[in-house]
Amino acid sequence: MELAIFAGLAAVAAVSGVLVVIQRHAVYSALFLIITMGALAGLYILLEAHFVWAVQVLVYAGAIMVLFLFVIMLLNLPREDVPWRPDDFRRILIGGALAVVLVGELVLALLFQAGEQAPALPASPGFGTTETIGRLLFTEFLFPFEVTSVILLVAIVGAMVLAKKQLL
Amino acid sequence: MTVPLSAYLILSAFLFFLGVVGVATRRNALIVFMCIELMLNAVNLSFVAFARSLNSMAGHVFVFFVMAVATAEVAVGLAIIIAIYRNRETVDVAELNLLKW
Repeated sequence: MELAIFAGLAAVAAVSGVLVVIQRHAVYSALFLIITMGALAGLYILLEAHFVWAVQVLVYAGAIMVLFLFVIMLLNLPREDVPWRPDDFRRILIGGALAVVLVGELVLALLFQAGEQAPALPASPGFGTTETIGRLLFTEFLFPFEVTSVILLVAIVGAMVLAKKQLL
Repeated sequence: MTVPLSAYLILSAFLFFLGVVGVATRRNALIVFMCIELMLNAVNLSFVAFARSLNSMAGHVFVFFVMAVATAEVAVGLAIIIAIYRNRETVDVAELNLLKW
């Protein structure tokens, strides 16, 4: 049962991931990226990561993609049907070479993995809940957590400065 | 967890490679940006899969940090794209070659 759900969600994520890359219009790319993120959110439920699931839906599929769609529609770009350029070939060559290298690496890693995988331990009580993550954030990961708030502040100021037509 | 860890890792690697191909081949800066998001999501998936497999919550905390950084990156990046579009009337990365050698 779990395997069937995984296969379904993985297929949705992979197919819509491919469609993100090959769409001509940025709006369709963004919509397929939302589907990919939704499928990944489903996989997070399978992995008993409840907090990560909620954050994935709220922040990624919600906030970030709304920002993307807003900018795409604000710029109102025409369809990407500009004529073929000579350096397009080189770009596709580089992309293909990178793809071959990555797939080869994956195959090697799977062929040479050391022995059988240990079966996963049963999840400890409280695994993946907001309470456990909150406790970790305020004890073990307190310093990175505080640094994150500075990063977000810098991002707010930076976005304001960059997007404004003229300051003051 | 009846699904083996390697299944999650293969899906994660596939999504990451899709992102790499997209960044290398696409010319629309917005789609390049979305492919970067795809790569970040792929890495998040392997973080969560390893966290479940090793029964350790540290992976979830890392995903939290990755998402915070991704949000900041998207906000600043899209602001840069808007600023470039205002000046150059294009978001084609092949035409934005002023800083290229």
